[in-house]
Amino acid sequence: SSAAMAALRGRALLAPLGARLRPGPRAPLRSAASAPPLYDVVVSGGGMVGSAMAAVLGHDIHFHDKKIALLEAGPRKEYDHMPDSYSNRVSSISPGSATLLSSCGAWDHVCSLRLKPFRRMQVWDACSEAMIVFEKDDLDDMGYIVENDVIMSALTKQLDAVADRVEVFYRSRAVGYTWPLPSHSCDTSPWVQVELADGHRLQTKLLIGADGHNSVVRKEAEIKNIEHQYDQSAVVATLHLSEATDNNVAWQRFLPTGPIALLPLSDTASSLVWSTSHDHASELLAMDEESFVDSINSAFWSNVNHSDFVDTAAAMFRSAISLLKPSGTAIRQLPPSVAKVDPESRAMFPLGMGHATEYVQHRVALIGDAAHRVHPLAGQGVNLGFGDIACLAHHLSAAAFNGSDLGSLKHLLKFETERQRHNVSLIAATDVLKRLYSTTLAPLVLLRTWGLQATNALPPVKVRISLQQGL
Amino acid sequence: QLSLFRFTVKRPFSTSHSSVDSKEMKKFQLLAHKWWDEEGEYAALHSMNDIRVPFIRDSLLSMSSNYHPGNPLSGIKILDVGCGGGLLSEPLGRLGASVTGIDPVEDNIRTADQHKSFDPVLAKRIQYKTSSLEEIVEESMETFDVIVASEVVEHVADLEMFIECCSQVLKPEGSLFITTINKTQLSYVLGIVVAEKIMGIVPEGTHEWEKFVSPEELERLLELNGFSVRTVNGMLYNPFSGSWGWMESTSLNYALHAVKAGARARSHATDAPPETDLQQRSATAGTAG
Repeated sequence: SSAAMAALRGRALLAPLGARLRPGPRAPLRSAASAPPLYDVVVSGGGMVGSAMAAVLGHDIHFHDKKIALLEAGPRKEYDHMPDSYSNRVSSISPGSATLLSSCGAWDHVCSLRLKPFRRMQVWDACSEAMIVFEKDDLDDMGYIVENDVIMSALTKQLDAVADRVEVFYRSRAVGYTWPLPSHSCDTSPWVQVELADGHRLQTKLLIGADGHNSVVRKEAEIKNIEHQYDQSAVVATLHLSEATDNNVAWQRFLPTGPIALLPLSDTASSLVWSTSHDHASELLAMDEESFVDSINSAFWSNVNHSDFVDTAAAMFRSAISLLKPSGTAIRQLPPSVAKVDPESRAMFPLGMGHATEYVQHRVALIGDAAHRVHPLAGQGVNLGFGDIACLAHHLSAAAFNGSDLGSLKHLLKFETERQRHNVSLIAATDVLKRLYSTTLAPLVLLRTWGLQATNALPPVKVRISLQQGL
Repeated sequence: QLSLFRFTVKRPFSTSHSSVDSKEMKKFQLLAHKWWDEEGEYAALHSMNDIRVPFIRDSLLSMSSNYHPGNPLSGIKILDVGCGGGLLSEPLGRLGASVTGIDPVEDNIRTADQHKSFDPVLAKRIQYKTSSLEEIVEESMETFDVIVASEVVEHVADLEMFIECCSQVLKPEGSLFITTINKTQLSYVLGIVVAEKIMGIVPEGTHEWEKFVSPEELERLLELNGFSVRTVNGMLYNPFSGSWGWMESTSLNYALHAVKAGARARSHATDAPPETDLQQRSATAGTAG
C-alpha cells in the first residue's frame, strides 16, 4: 500500500524536468498566412469543473486582457428557473467550493435557483451500532446539496458576463492535440495546437484538461494514470419522504455491499446515492417502484447484519467511552423514511478510482476528474476539482502579474505539488475506507466500529475530519 | 566571428571609446542559441525574473496613479540595454510596456526576434536592435521612461560613459534599474570560484571580478550624473532550489533603482552663485581703502 502511495504521488520531486518535456509528434510548420487563432488558455471540457475554471480566470483582474477559450462537446445549459422535479445528478458542495463559486459571482445565481444547506452528516455501519456525526460547532452550514444543472446554469451566466475575455465553443469536441517541442527550433510553433471535430484549429499557450476521468488530454499527453474499476455501480434517484421534516442532515450507512446515502434536497425530497454491486444495481433499476422504496427503507432501518459478537463488543466499548468522556457518544437521530420515488429518476453508473501520476507538463495542466477520480462515499468528487481550480488560478494569476509565459512548468509544478499533496491522502483514505467497509468479517467490522466510535468521541479528530471534508 | 568583424567595420569610432567590450561580446556569441532553454546555461537568469520583474513593476506602479488591469505597465516606454535573448524584455512586454531591446551581439538579437515572433502581442510591443547604447543616443534623446540594465554593468568597458548615455536617453524623472554584482571578497569566492568553476551556475569565464562594481561606487557615479538613488536591495541565489530571493546584505548581487533629476531641478542648480566668490570679495573689501 505504501508502494501504491508512492506510485500515486508520481515522481514529482526528483524527476528531471527533461522527462516532462516529452517530444511529441513534430509540431506543424509555422505559416504566417493561415496561423490558427492564438489563445492564452484553452480549457478542454465544459462540465462543472471546466466551466468554473474558465469563469474564475475570466474574472481574474490580471487576466483582463487575455484570451480564454472553453471547449464543450454538449449544448449550452441555462435555466431561468428550475423545473418542479429535481434532477437525479446532485453534488455535495463544501463551504470552500461555495467560496470559489462566489468569487466569480456564480454562487448568487445558485442561491436564487435552488440549493439545500445541511448542518449535520450522520454516518453509520450496518454491521454494528457504531455511528459518527459530523457537525460544525458553530451551527454553520456544513455543506450544500446542489443539482449539477443548477451549478452549470450559474456558471453559464457568469461566463456570459466575461464574454469579452472568454469564448465558449459549444458542441465542439477536440479530436487531436499537437504538442510543441520544448526548446523550439526556428520553424516550429511553440504553442499547443488543438484540432476540433469540425476542422477548426486553435493554438494556445496553456491547455487545461478538464475532460473527465477518461480524459483525452491526459491520454494524448501520455500521462500515466493509475486506475481501478470498483466492482460497484452507483444508483441515483430522487425520493419523496413519508413526511415533511427539517431535512438538514445528510445520511450515510455503510452496508456490506456498499454505502447508501440520502442527501437532502428540500423538506420533502432527498437524493439517493447507493453504491452497490453491479448485479444489485441492475436489480434495483429493474424492480417496480414500491419494491425499490422498500429496499431503501430496509437498507437504512434493518439490523439484519448485526452479529451478537460485534454488538456486545461495541456496547462494551461505548460504555468505556462514556465513563471517560460523558458526552462522547452522540445522540442517534433517525433517518427519514421514504414514501415514493420520482418516476424516470432512477439511473446507474459504474464506479472507479483513478489518479494521474502527473498533473502537469509543459503547457498542459489537468484538473478535476481528469486528474483524479474518487468513490462518492466521501462526497468529495467535485470539491476536489474546485480545490484544483482555486490553486491553479492562484498560480496563474501570479504568473500573469509577473509577465510570465503561462505555459511555463515553473508555476505549473507548484500547482501539482500542492494539489497532489492534498489529494493523494484523501483519495487513498477514501479507497481504504471503501475497502474496509466492504466486508462483514467480524474483526474488520470491529476495527471500523471501534474506529468510528473513537473518532466520534474525540473532538479534535472529529473536527479534523470535518475540516478535511470542507476543503 | 564574421558578425564581429562586420560590427567593428560598421562603427565610426574605435572600441576604446565605447562602453562595449569586444572580448565580452565574444563570450556571449558562443551561447546565443542557449537563451531560451530554461534548464540550460541561462537558467539562473530565467529564475531571476521572479524577483527583478516584480521589483521593476512595483517600483513603477508606486510612482504612477494610473492602473490598467491586466496591463500594469501600459503606456511606459522601456529600453532594455544588453537584452541578450530577450529574457527580461518579454515579461515587461507582456505587462503592457513598449520595449526596445538592444544588444551588441547580433546573434542574440536574432534569437530574441525569432522568439517573440510567435506571439503577436509581443511582436508588436517589443522591438529589437543590434546596437550599443552609445549608438542610439543621438536618435533617442530623452525618449524612454525607463531603462533597465540587468546583469550588464559588470560587462561594460567604461561605466561612467554608460551612465552618461543612460541619462541622455532617459526622460527627466525617468527610472533606471540596474542589477549587478558587488566587488567583494565574498563575490569573488561565491560569484566566480563557486558559481563558475565549481557548481557551473554560470558558464566559466562569464564574469571578471575586476569589472564588478560596489553599490557605493555605482551610487557615486549615478549621483554625479544627475541621478538620485531610491532603492538598493541585496539579492541571493539559492543554487539548490534554483531560485532568487531578496536579502539585507548587498555583498553579492544587488538591484538598484535610480531616478533621473527632473528638468526644473537641474536648472535650479546652475543659478546658485559659487560660495568662494563671496569670500574673495569680502577679503578684498577689507584691504581696500
